[in-house]
Amino acid sequence: MNPILEVKDIVKVYPNGVVANRGVSLKVEPGTIHALVGENGAGKSTLMKIVFGLERPDEGEIYFKGKKVKIFDSHEAIKLGIGMVHQHLMLAPDLTVAENLFLGIEPRKGVFLDIKKTLKSAEDASKYYSLSVPSRLKIKDLPIGVQQRVEILKALVREVELLILDEPTSILTPQETEVLFETLKGLKKIGKTIVFISHKLKEVKAVADLVTVMRDGKVVATQMVENTTEKDMAYLMVGRDLSFEKVEQSLKVGESSLIVKDLSYMNLERRPVLNKINFELKKGEILGIAGIEGNGQTELAEIITGLRTSSYGEIIFKGDNILGHLPRKIREKGVAHIPEDRMKHGAALDISTQENLIVDRYQKKPFSNILFLNWKNINQYAKELIKSFSIATPNAHARVGSLSGGNIQRVVVARELSSSPELIIADQPTMGIDVSATDTVHRLLIEFRNKGAAILLISADLEEVLKLSTRILVIYSGEIVGEFVNTPDLNGKDLGPYMLGIKKKEVM
Amino acid sequence: MEAVLKSIFSIGFVFTILRVTTPLLYASIGVAISNQSGTVNIALEGIMLFSAFIGVLVSALTKNLIISFLIGSLAGISFALLLGYFSMKLKANIILSGIALNMLASGLTVFLLYLASGDKGVSSSLNSLAFPVVHIPLIKELPYIGKALSGHNLLTYLSFLSVIIFYILIYKTPIGLRIRAVGQNPNAASSVGISVFKTKMLALALSGFFGALGGLYLSMGYVTWFGRDMVAGRGFIAIAASTIGGHKPIGVLLASILFGLTNALAIYFKSLRVPSEFIELIPYLATIVFLVFYSLRTKEDK
Amino acid sequence: MRGFILKYFDLIRVLLSISIGLTLAFIIMFLVSDNPLLSIRSLLIGPLASRSRLSFIFETATPLIFCGLAASIPFQAKQFWVGAEGALYFGGTLGTAFALLTRFPSGLHHFLLLAFVFIVGMFVGLIPALLKTRLKINEFVTSLMFNFILYYSGLYIINFHFRDQAAGYLVSNAIPKTVLLAQFIPRTRIHLGIIFALIAAFLVYIFLFHTKWGYEIRMVGANLSFAKYGGINVKRVILYSIVLGGALAAMGGMIEVMGIHGRFNWQASPGYGWNGIMAAIIAGNHPLLIIVTSLFISYLITGAQIVNLVTDIPAEMVTVIQAIIILLVTSQAFLEFWRHRLIVKEAAKDGSSS
Repeated sequence: MNPILEVKDIVKVYPNGVVANRGVSLKVEPGTIHALVGENGAGKSTLMKIVFGLERPDEGEIYFKGKKVKIFDSHEAIKLGIGMVHQHLMLAPDLTVAENLFLGIEPRKGVFLDIKKTLKSAEDASKYYSLSVPSRLKIKDLPIGVQQRVEILKALVREVELLILDEPTSILTPQETEVLFETLKGLKKIGKTIVFISHKLKEVKAVADLVTVMRDGKVVATQMVENTTEKDMAYLMVGRDLSFEKVEQSLKVGESSLIVKDLSYMNLERRPVLNKINFELKKGEILGIAGIEGNGQTELAEIITGLRTSSYGEIIFKGDNILGHLPRKIREKGVAHIPEDRMKHGAALDISTQENLIVDRYQKKPFSNILFLNWKNINQYAKELIKSFSIATPNAHARVGSLSGGNIQRVVVARELSSSPELIIADQPTMGIDVSATDTVHRLLIEFRNKGAAILLISADLEEVLKLSTRILVIYSGEIVGEFVNTPDLNGKDLGPYMLGIKKKEVM
Repeated sequence: MEAVLKSIFSIGFVFTILRVTTPLLYASIGVAISNQSGTVNIALEGIMLFSAFIGVLVSALTKNLIISFLIGSLAGISFALLLGYFSMKLKANIILSGIALNMLASGLTVFLLYLASGDKGVSSSLNSLAFPVVHIPLIKELPYIGKALSGHNLLTYLSFLSVIIFYILIYKTPIGLRIRAVGQNPNAASSVGISVFKTKMLALALSGFFGALGGLYLSMGYVTWFGRDMVAGRGFIAIAASTIGGHKPIGVLLASILFGLTNALAIYFKSLRVPSEFIELIPYLATIVFLVFYSLRTKEDK
Repeated sequence: MRGFILKYFDLIRVLLSISIGLTLAFIIMFLVSDNPLLSIRSLLIGPLASRSRLSFIFETATPLIFCGLAASIPFQAKQFWVGAEGALYFGGTLGTAFALLTRFPSGLHHFLLLAFVFIVGMFVGLIPALLKTRLKINEFVTSLMFNFILYYSGLYIINFHFRDQAAGYLVSNAIPKTVLLAQFIPRTRIHLGIIFALIAAFLVYIFLFHTKWGYEIRMVGANLSFAKYGGINVKRVILYSIVLGGALAAMGGMIEVMGIHGRFNWQASPGYGWNGIMAAIIAGNHPLLIIVTSLFISYLITGAQIVNLVTDIPAEMVTVIQAIIILLVTSQAFLEFWRHRLIVKEAAKDGSSS
């Protein structure tokens, strides 16, 4: 059979000098589910963005259904029959499902929109592909799993033949993931081709026919899934064996460090985001907060660290209620914060590494006196941190934005953990960074736990939570719905129903 | 004072409100349309000024109102597109490029005015045209309101009609749907092959068109000459009006009338023995006061 | 060579933008002037042709430097406060009033007057700053509105309370000799104000790059969420960046009155505020570079006025040139394709050598 998609020798260099693809070639057979796996930064998303016309390759060729094509934008791609469902869903929040589905191909009555026909077509498509979506509702009122279904349907109503899904399960619960896989298998049956980007090998095993492994911007191998094992793929992905074992628990769990009492928070749209959260975090333990992204985790972290105000309840740290205190005051009490969005909160990309490293302590000695900054000491200090946290940067003056994602996270972690914190709020500390940086972060968190720090680990990556935590709380829709002691046999399936809100147990 | 009160409750006062609301209404619609697509049209002041001048110049040269209207609108549209090009394609900070474009309009109009008329202040030596005043046969006969509603400039009637055009455009056409989608989530639009750049440019072009009408009205209706920097901040006041109106048709209409009412009051206060400097600053002070009220109110809501 | 270009890329970009702006000006002159060569010569060489013209460059640069510095501090914090024009005007009017109403020995009078004007400017900045931090009202629109409000208020103060009735047009009474600034270069009007401006530029440089508060301002500008996360009191930073901007612009206005005219004589707003903003933008908001860009803009202004005198081209051409330069300077993607190509080639070179 001729491949439906073939890419040859794709090279892509980003403006900041990062080389994402170094000569990638790949064939996708029609009517298959083809997984594209690799660590974050391996270049798989970039490659698919090139195929979908969102990025332009610096070199290389693309063939679709045997014909050489140049895809300058996503419009071109859709016309050819290529659709893509992105990690971050691309829907207009204030428009209805039907309007989103037919955006760009709107049914018309003369020069006007045909609103009735739009609704009817949406319902027809929903039935035809057996993907149930509420056509009349606005996107912002739907749960994330349904929104993703709208995304898939959006590609299908455009009659695409090749559908690219970029890490579709990262925002889903295990149960929702299973539903998605059934959908994908159904689409394969009616002749669609699917490229499935992932770094979760279990999922690849569960759903894909073929798998291509990428590493450092290159294709390492393409294999039939039935002829390969998770371990083989993992080896190809990182070039070494990965351990999924849980870390040893600390024996020195001490007295309580942080107590959160009846914490509630409503956002600007007056929606309750957190509802009477209660928990206690002890010294020398890692308390994992598991849950699907967007269930209030980041708000929780930002309230504890003082970045978000107007919440109710109590947050007791070192005997004081720190709720509503300014971020500086909270930091000075010994709280460190590895934020969820390092580009937004964790770093200022346009300024130097050394200036990034002192944002929480520039006002203290030896970095400044009563008036002036002491650049000599700042530079000296930055050099030390760069060395001890092995931050790969040309020098302390280099713009943080010119560093790789993993190294930006190292800058953040270096700053946060060098303040000798007693409480560490780690919000998605390894999201989107490479394996070795992830290892460093995990190692450091364990080191601090052993030294007696209290750590709140918020992560949507279940594996990470299960690997590191002493205890695990599950958060769903702003409530703590489950509490688990992390025994060696506790696994993702146990937490899944709680993450999805199906099960709920009374806690504390 | 009594005389002023009397005149405020007169038919002439309503007439004045409509007259001074016209340029603000156009400008606010312009700001609102670009805002729906997620762009703040900072250059609207310059757009109005440039169109006001080009309209006068072309009408003096051609003696043809339709040609003046078309070229004047084109001038505004192209100015708006410049803002889009620089801020989106060349990645300039939109406020800074807006400042630059407003300066460009201010300098270029005086530059060209001098070349065309030998005067740097006003265009009175140019024999320019004005848009016609329209007397509406039936309404004209109505008691009281007839005199307030009839006898306005053609562009004044068109400005109120523009609110309806704006509404239909934004809510009832595919273009409007796309403009809203781009404003709410540019990725949503681009993921289905709608060019964010083109859609925003289109919204800016429409914004420039309405801004241009505001400018044309100022120099070819409100008065019949072009004067240096004659827009006098209306383009910026419109940003405030559109914000207060929520960038939606009815809101923008009401906010513009509110601002127009303030301006009309200022004009009527001129007969009082108040220094003219204080009268002149009323519209700007009122803008700030309205923004404060708006902000306090929305703050309470949240 | 490639490495050199990459290193100084920003400077090269600014210089190219300026060249393009000037080239466009030349083209315009060829199109509309009867004597284009004379016009171009007048624009470029004219300002340097006599002592009084050279002097004019430095005189004009003085308020531009103040206003440029005034804009640079809030711009460094990415606060688009554009109220320099109004602050300058109002600083000039209230300063004139203070000078006329008080009697002190020279020296002390200077000091008190400038301190007073500084405080006036702080209040001028404070209002839009508070509206921004308390009510989240965009500082760009409010500072623009205040330009008008302050202009008319200043006009009223001079017109109704301090007007020189003997003069045939609207000027204030002459301010006392005890507050005049010495014109220290013979046969020019260059006055002590330029020294003050240079000192101010140096102080603002130290402030922005070597003090804790300057660091805070730059962090807020680089990434507001990051600054907040690091414990910086963002609202306070926004407040004092704009307040300082107001103070510097007001000083610039009064110093102009004290050094050049000896009385308040702006019937229309003089435009220094806007030109200062232009100087700041071209300088990338760097205080020391603002000295250079202010001199450059005032050189252009001088040239354009000479062109206006000797030929048929109006001086407003300089505004057009400036606007074009600003458009190009602020366009981050302008020449970016070139830089990208250089980076790709550098990367390729590194790749093949390793």
